[in-house]
Amino acid sequence: MDLSDLAQVNFDALPYWEAAAKGDLVVARCTSCNEAHHYPRAVCPFCRAETIAFEPASGTGEIYSLAVTRIPDKPLRVVAYVTLAEGPTMMTRIIDAPEDVAIGDPVRVDFEPHPEGLTVPVFRLDRN
Amino acid sequence: MSAAYIMGAYEHPTRKAEGISVAQLHMQSAAGALADAGLTFDDVDGYFCAGDAPGLGPMSMLEYMNLDVHHFDSTDTGGSAYLVHVAHAAQAIASGKCSVALITLAGRPRAAGMKSAKMPLAPTPDTPFEAPYAPSVVEMYGMVAARHMYEFGTTSEQLAWIKVAASHHAQHNEHAMLRKVVTVEDVVNSPLVAAPLHRLDCCVVSDGGGALVMTSESVARSLARPLVKLRGAGEAVGHLNAGRVDLTTSAASVSGPRAFAEAGITPGDIKYASIYDSFTITVLVALEDLGFCEKGKGGAFVADGNLIAGEGKLPFNTDGGGLCNNHPANRGGMTKVIEAVRQLRGEAHSAVQVPNCDLALAHGTGGSLATRHGSATVILERL
Repeated sequence: MDLSDLAQVNFDALPYWEAAAKGDLVVARCTSCNEAHHYPRAVCPFCRAETIAFEPASGTGEIYSLAVTRIPDKPLRVVAYVTLAEGPTMMTRIIDAPEDVAIGDPVRVDFEPHPEGLTVPVFRLDRN
Repeated sequence: MSAAYIMGAYEHPTRKAEGISVAQLHMQSAAGALADAGLTFDDVDGYFCAGDAPGLGPMSMLEYMNLDVHHFDSTDTGGSAYLVHVAHAAQAIASGKCSVALITLAGRPRAAGMKSAKMPLAPTPDTPFEAPYAPSVVEMYGMVAARHMYEFGTTSEQLAWIKVAASHHAQHNEHAMLRKVVTVEDVVNSPLVAAPLHRLDCCVVSDGGGALVMTSESVARSLARPLVKLRGAGEAVGHLNAGRVDLTTSAASVSGPRAFAEAGITPGDIKYASIYDSFTITVLVALEDLGFCEKGKGGAFVADGNLIAGEGKLPFNTDGGGLCNNHPANRGGMTKVIEAVRQLRGEAHSAVQVPNCDLALAHGTGGSLATRHGSATVILERL
């Protein structure tokens, strides 16, 4: 089973992947308690209501933490957690990151095709 | 609750298991622990194993060892599972479900050619949100370290002291993979694997195994070994809280206080601590969460040799730990309990034996601190 298959059977989060395929980031929010969460579930992890709506995200956030791997003659590999403007923190990668990429840096979403068929949200620095 | 005792403990001496199956490693470890206790396979009426055991739950290993038990448990919280098993075995013994419980662990990732632990592609709801980014285990713990440094000013040099202390202990362990004593400079000058973590911030990849035998009080008192009693235990799972991520506090902040409350003692009473050490940062976060120092003060606590036996206030991982000695099956919880038992019996190496060691703690962190992890803490007392 590859990643695309896994995402397809994880029915809870299908709208997230369908939006990502179109280049949109969405956030799951419960219409009962108004709390946003990540990763998206069919049941609110806070109030346990099955009233989840997917809303367009601003696509902005800041780096909560990161780990930087330097391989000679290759771009920096940066695995990170990004805290979205909407609240939840999500695992991702920072692409085209400069050497001084750091916790607290503002970032903006982008998308990358994954070899196993998903389009996945990644982020790049947005220092203005 | 009636008491349960760890009466047998055995660490398999191999670190590279060429030509030995995982099942045989389990059984050799079991035989070692039973012999240590003065018991035989025929005495075993409870069996505990985790995901490293081949097969579905305990069934295949029970068949391989040809055991007939009437209580079993295969709770799997990664490397901390064996500390959970100690607690669960004690509960089973207390409620009369069994009187001689065997707990085994074994694996051979090194002989199988695994250079570092990889995250399996499991059909879990979280996988599609993590696997596409292919975080290595070092990257995940690197994120924990980076956040701890950001929030509390912890330094690479402070983390390095944890490896330095482990290496001081490992030099006396003939079975340890890394016996060379290293300095803070050696650690911070070793290659960055996933910044801020260096190669020497990481544990070893090793083959091997271990086993424990726990018994009821009446069985324990019939044996010739020192009485090591489980005095308190706690278990908890930490996760990403649906996006409200906190990488600097682990579930040890729950399992630790519960274990201390059950034991009726405080961190200051502990003479020796086995702390799960997949990475240096794993130790630092656990020490804070267990209450050995304030949150954020772990860097200062571990510095200047404070974890070195004979020098510091809290001797830890006197076998060299996962950082230098052994991390069989990429699961270090079993060896944490075994070294605590050695210390309580006065059977640790003389160079690292803690004088009058009557109260010890062992703590495990399984899974990944940067996603979801199982914490388990046990407090052991020599009577």
